[in-house]
Amino acid sequence: MKRLEAVNDFVVKFANVNGSGSASANTLFAKAIMRMGVPVSPRNIFPSNIQGLPTWYEVRVSESGWQGRRGGADLMVAMNPQTWEKDVVEIEPGGYLFYDSTKPLPADKFRDDVLVLGMPLTEICNAAYTDPRQRQLFKNIIYVGALAALLDIDIAEVEKLVGEQYRGKEKLLEPNLKALHLGRDYALEHLPCPLGITVRRSDKVGEKIFIEGNYATALGAVYGGATVCAWYPITPSSSVAEAFANHCRKLRVDPDGGGNNFAIVQAEDELASIGMVIGAGWNGARAFTCTSGPGVSLMTEFIGLAYFAEIPAVIVNVQRAGPSTGMPTRTQQADVLSCAYASHGDTKHVLLFPEDAREAFQLTADALDLADRLQTPVFVLTDLDIGMNERLCRPLRWDDARTYDRGKVLDHDDLESGKRFGRYLDVDDDGITYRTYPGTHPKRGSFFTRGTSRDRYARYTEEGSAYVDNMQRLLRKFETAKQYVPEPILRDAGRPARHGVIYYGSTACAMDEALAELEAEGIALDALRVRAFPFQDSVIDFVNAREHVFVVEQNRDGQLRTLLLTEGALDPARLSSVVHYDGTPITARFIRREIEERLSAFNVRPLRRTAAAGE
Amino acid sequence: MTYLTKPKLHHPELPANALGFTRRDYEGTISTLCAGCGHDSISAAIIQACWELAIEPHRVAKLSGIGCSSKTPTYFLDKSHGFNSVHGRMPSVLTGANLANRDLIYLGVSGDGDSASIGLGQFAHSMRRGVNMTYIVENNGVYGLTKGQFSATADRGSKSKRGALNTEEGIDLAILALQLGATYVARSFSGDKAQLVPLIKGALTHPGAAFLDVISPCVAFNNHEGSTRSYDYVRNHNEAVNRLDVITVRKEITAEYPPGSVQEVRQHDGSMLHLRKLAEDYDASSRIAAMSHVQSRYAHGEIVTGLLYVEADADDLHANLGTTAVPLNGLGEKELCPGQAALDRLNASLR
Repeated sequence: MKRLEAVNDFVVKFANVNGSGSASANTLFAKAIMRMGVPVSPRNIFPSNIQGLPTWYEVRVSESGWQGRRGGADLMVAMNPQTWEKDVVEIEPGGYLFYDSTKPLPADKFRDDVLVLGMPLTEICNAAYTDPRQRQLFKNIIYVGALAALLDIDIAEVEKLVGEQYRGKEKLLEPNLKALHLGRDYALEHLPCPLGITVRRSDKVGEKIFIEGNYATALGAVYGGATVCAWYPITPSSSVAEAFANHCRKLRVDPDGGGNNFAIVQAEDELASIGMVIGAGWNGARAFTCTSGPGVSLMTEFIGLAYFAEIPAVIVNVQRAGPSTGMPTRTQQADVLSCAYASHGDTKHVLLFPEDAREAFQLTADALDLADRLQTPVFVLTDLDIGMNERLCRPLRWDDARTYDRGKVLDHDDLESGKRFGRYLDVDDDGITYRTYPGTHPKRGSFFTRGTSRDRYARYTEEGSAYVDNMQRLLRKFETAKQYVPEPILRDAGRPARHGVIYYGSTACAMDEALAELEAEGIALDALRVRAFPFQDSVIDFVNAREHVFVVEQNRDGQLRTLLLTEGALDPARLSSVVHYDGTPITARFIRREIEERLSAFNVRPLRRTAAAGE
Repeated sequence: MTYLTKPKLHHPELPANALGFTRRDYEGTISTLCAGCGHDSISAAIIQACWELAIEPHRVAKLSGIGCSSKTPTYFLDKSHGFNSVHGRMPSVLTGANLANRDLIYLGVSGDGDSASIGLGQFAHSMRRGVNMTYIVENNGVYGLTKGQFSATADRGSKSKRGALNTEEGIDLAILALQLGATYVARSFSGDKAQLVPLIKGALTHPGAAFLDVISPCVAFNNHEGSTRSYDYVRNHNEAVNRLDVITVRKEITAEYPPGSVQEVRQHDGSMLHLRKLAEDYDASSRIAAMSHVQSRYAHGEIVTGLLYVEADADDLHANLGTTAVPLNGLGEKELCPGQAALDRLNASLR
């Protein structure tokens, strides 16, 4: 049997039991490879559970820097008897199976086309430690030590990371290092080190950072000037609010003892969360909430109010698989339509689609500007894949010269100087009207905010003409939004292409890889990464200029495609859906295969490139 | 008709307050509620209270939900910003507004449908959070705008105008507010302005969550025999425990009370609440005694009114959150944005 052989290009999957302390050991493993200059992209695959159910951690090692999920596993670290059968099946032929061999397993539990690496982890642990919790926790560190030997990971990098983790807690440092070496020494002595798959020091990481999406989103809210955060716990978004609280404690406490320059309220439900955000936005503070699909469903009445009464609000939706409770710990992009048209009556909302943690940072900060500029709710649509996984990104940047765009606000002096004020009076002809904050001026600028229809001076009315006038202005405002929201990013095939592909959000990392593979096969595709709704004309033009465009997304119904068809008045025959929605992140393999099949149905023959000399 | 402004002409000798404002400066547009509606008396009491306290009208933010009562903020304080939000959700909007600017006075106006049914959750949580506000429920036990359905505060056994008997237990919002930690809880009657105005003044000066349940008869749908929210019923069953005088720091104390008949409460801002006792031994500083008294009198068919409970050392949500004294909506890049230098450090920690 041929063993898999690869340097810096393989997938290791850890099958663990939730709550067994494996997470920090697995992160240690991923980070050690990254410290060797080799890009990794790990993914947590976890259940809606705190203790006892299966959980996986999948680490893709890719010298080329591909961040998408690859699919399959070359080395399975099978630590969970509950999922043994399924885990063993998932190993690529010629791959490797690492397991705890303390308790012997019958031969039919194994596959003969994978190399089995048994190590008596429990036995080693029980011999070295007496405390049951230590026996459990150090088992994880022991297997990291063994894997370092098996994959030729520089043990000095692992030791350094452990040292950083336990800086100031020297009592914990020693036993961890001991466990690490117990594992490594055993593997070096008893197992065929190194395996066919190995890590070799490289320089592909550079200054990149390893950052979780929700952490970055929260940081974007800090940098963007959010002072009020109201939220209700829901997976996979809770860590946005928790990270915001942590960032604020470090970055937003007045150094002169003046107190907190932020206010965070864990509300009683999502209705109250968005209500508080709207109240704060109405009163001139930058405010946001973070939630997931079910939360947005609950917020829709309020979102309609904010749209109609024109109040800034930022809603971060870390999407998960719906409908209903769906698969709460699995990823999807299934809230595009429910956010775009959230609430009853005619509404449209601004949506932003960051591709990764770095862009989540940028676009969350931008969303706070946009909400003030456009005086309307702005959604930041990430998903579980972006939010709850650490990913390698370019370092975060902030332009210190940047100032907050507070939009059209009349202050005391404006009102004092006699500037004409009508809350819904479109003086600039861009659909965006001027507002005042409560308490600004003793005599001028007060108005009544309401969800009912009103005239240009905010006076209650049920006159049809005044209602239509207002609704038309809201459409003009949405048109104006196109010039403020982030532009789509075009990736030209570099040669004439009849076909195109549109994608967004977390699909980007798999798409980058799929495009490279398709290109290598001679298939030319122009690609457009949409970053916002409303769609700029360039998005619609992209479709109209091509024979056929695929819209790749992670939901069942092709929601972005529907939005494009509706808003761009496009011919449905020119746009087809490539959808992946089983709750796992989309892969390059899947995209490539789907597009190849569709193209062959169109009778498109790839122009096979002749292999370069030496290949 | 879109809305009606009131003519601003007034009698030249109308008295002015410390700011030089007359009561007319605290008015709003003409009410569109039914003639005789209790809610209009409450609006008048709010105007009177704000005028007497010499509050700058524009420093008040008035918020409401949906319903007859929630319409009333347009009928007073037209120099204040107002927000007629969604049904039952005024408390969260007010909480957010309060977080954004702690320097304004927050007045929430709601009804029994708005606060005891659809908005019971938000009512409860705003109380337990201690939002610094005056929360008035204009309580008539009935849905007026949708024409006469029972609300959740209607007493069990009371009769609707069409003769239907209410078989569900009524919710006493004042009792809930007491249980949930509101630091100023009062009940009054829209028909008793002398009692109501000082209670509103006390609530407006109270530095925490102040709740007022004001029985306010609905002349259109709940003022008949068999109703327990009619003018006649409330007048005959009203049992006031005290009379309140609010003495702001600026005013000299001139009132004289017989010894032992007054309970004094000094609030954070230095203002004094003088409670003239009507019910012997009623102690407005005891939350438990208040709940017990209100419920035992209710069992005898009486509606207890007055300042039921006040906590002198009340705190509010901002104190709990440790927020800066500067309104959050006044902070800029300098205070809020840590800049690239901090980001460099963060980047370094993420490698």
